[in-house]
Amino acid sequence: MTDSHSATQSEALVRVDHVTKVYSRGNQRIDVLDETTLTVPKGDFLALMGPSGSGKTTLLNLLGGLDRPTSGSVVVADQNLGAASDRQLAKWRSRHVGFVFQFYNLLPVLTAARNVELPLLLTKLSKAERRKRVKIALDVVGLSDRADHYPRQLSGGQEQRVGIARAIVSDPTLILADEPTGDLDRASGDEILDLLEALNREHGKTIVMVTHDPLAAERARRTLHLDKGRLVSEDDLRGRSRTTGDSVHEAVA
Amino acid sequence: MSFLYLLWRNLTRKKVRTTLTLGSIFIAFILFSALLALKTAFSAGVDIAGLDRLITMHKVSLVQPVPIAYQNKMEQVDGVARVANAMWFGGVYQDPKNFFAQFAVDPERYLDVYPEIQLSDEARAAWIANRTGAIVGQPTADRFSWKVGDKIPIQGTIFRRPDGGAWEFDIVGIYTAEKGFDDTALVFQRDYLTESFAGIDGFTGWYVVRVSDPDRSAAIAEEIDALFANSPAETKTSTEKAFAQGFANQMGNIGTITTGILTVVFFTLLLVAGNTMAQSVRERISEIGVLKTLGFTHGQTLGLVLGESYLLTLLGGGTALALMAWVLNSFDLGGGMFPVLYLPTWGILLGCFLLLFMGFAAGAIPAWQAHRLTIVDALRRKG
Repeated sequence: MTDSHSATQSEALVRVDHVTKVYSRGNQRIDVLDETTLTVPKGDFLALMGPSGSGKTTLLNLLGGLDRPTSGSVVVADQNLGAASDRQLAKWRSRHVGFVFQFYNLLPVLTAARNVELPLLLTKLSKAERRKRVKIALDVVGLSDRADHYPRQLSGGQEQRVGIARAIVSDPTLILADEPTGDLDRASGDEILDLLEALNREHGKTIVMVTHDPLAAERARRTLHLDKGRLVSEDDLRGRSRTTGDSVHEAVA
Repeated sequence: MSFLYLLWRNLTRKKVRTTLTLGSIFIAFILFSALLALKTAFSAGVDIAGLDRLITMHKVSLVQPVPIAYQNKMEQVDGVARVANAMWFGGVYQDPKNFFAQFAVDPERYLDVYPEIQLSDEARAAWIANRTGAIVGQPTADRFSWKVGDKIPIQGTIFRRPDGGAWEFDIVGIYTAEKGFDDTALVFQRDYLTESFAGIDGFTGWYVVRVSDPDRSAAIAEEIDALFANSPAETKTSTEKAFAQGFANQMGNIGTITTGILTVVFFTLLLVAGNTMAQSVRERISEIGVLKTLGFTHGQTLGLVLGESYLLTLLGGGTALALMAWVLNSFDLGGGMFPVLYLPTWGILLGCFLLLFMGFAAGAIPAWQAHRLTIVDALRRKG
């Protein structure tokens, strides 16, 4: 099945075309993605849902240039990721993609500010400019007062906010979030979702978020479901679920 | 934040482990510097031996005296520029522990063949004029707080005075010498010895022969030995370098012993540092995945791990090397036991090379593992 989003090709930031991804484990062949086609327009906030092993994270990895498709093409911000070398992909990622991880993945030996600064080490920005950008990113996530704290001195929600600040500090074209609330309690999770929503609606950031949580998916503009490597349904009619009072998850089901 | 800061923070995340590893590297390089300094001390004179000097001694051994009459005959040999005689005195100043060499010589001849000795004109003249005068190297003068004008009693062990008393020497000059030259000896007029000690007049210990053409050294040595062939005191002439090497070899093959110890030490060190680096990388596979996700290239992650390894070895070994170079070259740690005890320039350079090699060898495999790690695999791993 393919994503039938109405975005035109010219508006599309992400174009996934008949992508398959196959892993081999010994003699075993594992088909993770099967002829997946997807378009994500600029400014979209897309939630990817599906059971474990359905290929959500694999698809996210392909969008972020962390992995290459077995067949088909992935084009993001006009870059054909399957055709790029490792070095080109690394450079492209540093410029165009911000990642938010489920377990925050901050470097424990660096303060919040220095964790946020990490992607900027790969740029030619001056020290002063880097500091300025770090401050802005921490302001956006509301953690300016925790800049000098180490990850161990922060709560899970605060760590994830630092993770988001790190993801946005280089002003990326696309933000990819892999279960950003998966390790948080409901209140902290809501804060993170508020933040992602604000980044999308107020700052125009394009976000693709993998989640198991239907409530988290409701915050997205639309939701796609994956099952056994295939896109099986889409709910981009947020109004419908809200009008009927059903959750997005129920509406899709 | 800089890359160096990132390296430093990574290195210090396990403080106890890093401190122990740094300590191992530090101790290894202290040992390296000390052994090299000892090797230099034992082979003192070999490396800086004058190419234009030969040593003529009794064919049987250095202990056997040779007639002083040989001196003039040797100077007749074509190519010989100057001949100086010297004799081991072997005296004790206050306590046998206060060892330093003493030689009985002809002052003018001795200074002619050893231009390395730096002595003021006044001191030179005073030494030649004063029968009981002696010159002493700066380190020995400093060691015993001697100064010009002091009268120094030295008890003879080989040459005992008939009255059983000590020999008294007037310090008339304190000399310095270029690095590597034995500047610890006390040198005095042979006349003082021969006039007071019956039986030694007419003999000396060995000769130092300065030749005008070093390329002819071998031929001149043969010619000198031929002069005294079949005499009661046949001679053996060799280059100063060969003489010094033979002297050093009496202590055993210091070079082989040093190399053996250092090989074991550095091999062990390589295992320690390599293990630290391997553990350090293994513990943060997912962090390496995160760095690559953020845009660090495979090459940059390889550089980070190798850089960490270099930082570890340079901090531990570099500090030790610098400290030992400063201490050995600034203070007399040998307490006068060795004519020279210092870390030579080639030793410092060798130490720097070893530091770079250790940094590379300890970090190469973990760095390569970090380089090859795919992001997807790295992010799946915990730690």
